[in-house]
Amino acid sequence: MKKALVSIAFGLTASLFATGASAQATLNSVKQKGFLTCGSNTGLAGFGQPDAQGNWTGLDVDLCRAIAAAIFDDPTKVRFIPLAAKDRFTALQSGEVDVLSRNSTATMSRDTQLGLDFPVINYFDGQGFMVRKKLGVSSAKELNGASICTQQGTTTELNLADYFRANNMKYEVVAFATSDETFKAYDAGRCDAFTTDASGLYAERLRASAPDDHIVLPEIISKEPLGPAVRHGDNNWGDIVRWVHNAMLNAEELGVTKANVEQMKTSTNPEIKRLLGTEGKFGEAIGLTNDWAVRVIKHVGNYGESFEKNVGEGSRLKIKRGQNALWTKGGLQYGIPVR
Amino acid sequence: MQTAVSQTSPPKKSFLYDPKVRGIFYQVVLVAAIIFLFYMAATNAIENLQRAKIASGFGFLNNTAGFDISQTLIQFSAAGGTYGDAFIVGLLNTLVVSAIGIFFTTFLGFLIGIARLSKNWVVANVAMVYVEVLRNVPLLVQLLFWYIAVLGALPQPRNSLEMGAGFYLNSRGLFMARPLWGDTIWVLVAVLAIGIVGTLLYRRWAKQQQERTGRQSPVGKVALALLLGLPILTWILLALLGTNPITFELPRKGTFNLTGGMQVLPEFVALLLGLVTYTAAFIAEIVRAGILAVSKGQTEAAGSLGLKPGQTLRLVVVPQAMRVIIPPLTSQYLNLTKNSSLAVAIGYPDLVQVFMGTVLNQTGQAIEVVVITMGVYLTISLVTSFFMNIYNRRMAIVER
Repeated sequence: MKKALVSIAFGLTASLFATGASAQATLNSVKQKGFLTCGSNTGLAGFGQPDAQGNWTGLDVDLCRAIAAAIFDDPTKVRFIPLAAKDRFTALQSGEVDVLSRNSTATMSRDTQLGLDFPVINYFDGQGFMVRKKLGVSSAKELNGASICTQQGTTTELNLADYFRANNMKYEVVAFATSDETFKAYDAGRCDAFTTDASGLYAERLRASAPDDHIVLPEIISKEPLGPAVRHGDNNWGDIVRWVHNAMLNAEELGVTKANVEQMKTSTNPEIKRLLGTEGKFGEAIGLTNDWAVRVIKHVGNYGESFEKNVGEGSRLKIKRGQNALWTKGGLQYGIPVR
Repeated sequence: MQTAVSQTSPPKKSFLYDPKVRGIFYQVVLVAAIIFLFYMAATNAIENLQRAKIASGFGFLNNTAGFDISQTLIQFSAAGGTYGDAFIVGLLNTLVVSAIGIFFTTFLGFLIGIARLSKNWVVANVAMVYVEVLRNVPLLVQLLFWYIAVLGALPQPRNSLEMGAGFYLNSRGLFMARPLWGDTIWVLVAVLAIGIVGTLLYRRWAKQQQERTGRQSPVGKVALALLLGLPILTWILLALLGTNPITFELPRKGTFNLTGGMQVLPEFVALLLGLVTYTAAFIAEIVRAGILAVSKGQTEAAGSLGLKPGQTLRLVVVPQAMRVIIPPLTSQYLNLTKNSSLAVAIGYPDLVQVFMGTVLNQTGQAIEVVVITMGVYLTISLVTSFFMNIYNRRMAIVER
């Protein structure tokens, strides 16, 4: 908390005296520092959380590692800065982090008024509710008069107000600064329901004192396209983030995995050749080396691998691919071609 | 021997070497430099914000907020409320918890401060332990403790504790009957006003009488009768006449929680408890120091005049101790007000939580929001110390 305030204070001071960004400014400063600073969640299982040894893992964390791998050929050259929802955009605006990969919803106002860009959507989500089973509630429409715990400074807080207004229901909102405080208050019985993105509900339920006592209601009340954010104005840096994610998607589509990426270099498939840099100079065009995608896949894997490991069947969350399946399998994840 | 007195005045020193001129010169330069620095910072910030396409200015205060707040003293809803309204809601919540906190912490602080000086070993040591424990544990930890303790100890809404007289307690807070004003409420207000004026007049008369004759009057009993007895009598009378000025809306059981009535949030209770008990420990030490600063001779003189210990404390010791107590007491009041911003940790919607939390994040206008918030705390603090300074001047010893 205090740390966040201090960082905001420093950030504000810095933004007062900072001079304008030039082309490739972020990439150059990252290279100069020798590591990437990545704004991450303060702790959300499957998306961004340090383990017992202090190693950060998660889907959002993997994206930062992939960016670091593309630049340095080393996925450990990332410094993770945990940020509460209400501090995250200030930290990015002020330059304290190079990229914010922290399950943040892309919206028009954030894109146009906060001076941010959302280059890609790495997780399509929607907002849901969790309640105690013993309340006997089976639909969000039955929540009239309920107390609801939510995290402040989020789209969740706004959707909640919209949903209850649209359905002409009353509720009492109890807003907390961090996801941790919010869930603890719900778990302690302060609220009847807890609301956040559906992925977050499954992740937080694992932390409940008795996870089986809680159910997630079927309604999804909003669209939550979650993705990394970068500062508006440094287009080259936005391109790098966009293409790292797209490389991971294309790799999955083309069957390039962490295990077979070295063999795939000899592939004759022109799409794979362009992706892995054995043909064309796509990497150089975004200020990296031509084997940038090889580095990403070698160290982090393709999108499917990262998904399964962190939030899918290989994880405790067991979230289905659903909307996040590739477009070829009926999902929304669609890798833009490298050509 | 006579020497010729030089007719010329001492050689006129150069303008440059006049210390006064130099002093003014340097001060002007300093002020100009500071103004220039601020100007540079402001224009640079505005330029950078524009280049980064970050919205700036104070226009956002008129935009619809779109979120709800748990405790609102003015009408506020996601549909109609603006960010400006959210600011006022947060500000009022800060002021309410500070004002109530200052009231209770003063009372508790004085009680404990006096208890520390008690001749009773148990009382004095209990007070000492209280002070040492409370002031040596960080306030944030205490707030979290109170919040968890308050939440943990209370039952779920469906098993609400019924405490009689329309009071219920559960993990959603304290519920009580909400008074609804009837048509004849003005009669009651008028009677109360008469009671207040009557009490003031009687007190003045009693004081004059004591100064004239030395006879004391039962001021306390008369005040009680005028301030409480008279309005209650009027109320009963009006109720018997069939025009009850106050009716009560009782909380009823709803699907999830009690509905109707008034609700005091557990966040508010936890914050108030934390602030009051923490600040009281400091006030207790200030009060103790103030009382010890009054020389023992005063107490002995009062005793020899036949004053009882209670009277000695009230009439002789405390008035003199107040001179020592008030300045540091003011600092504690300011501390309490500023510490109320720790509410952010337990979800009480104070100014920092609502405005620097949600509003800052939803609008992204960090500089404006932080500047406004700092300005508000500065103003609250300056106003508090202004009034305490007036009080201090009134209490100060009048030198003759």
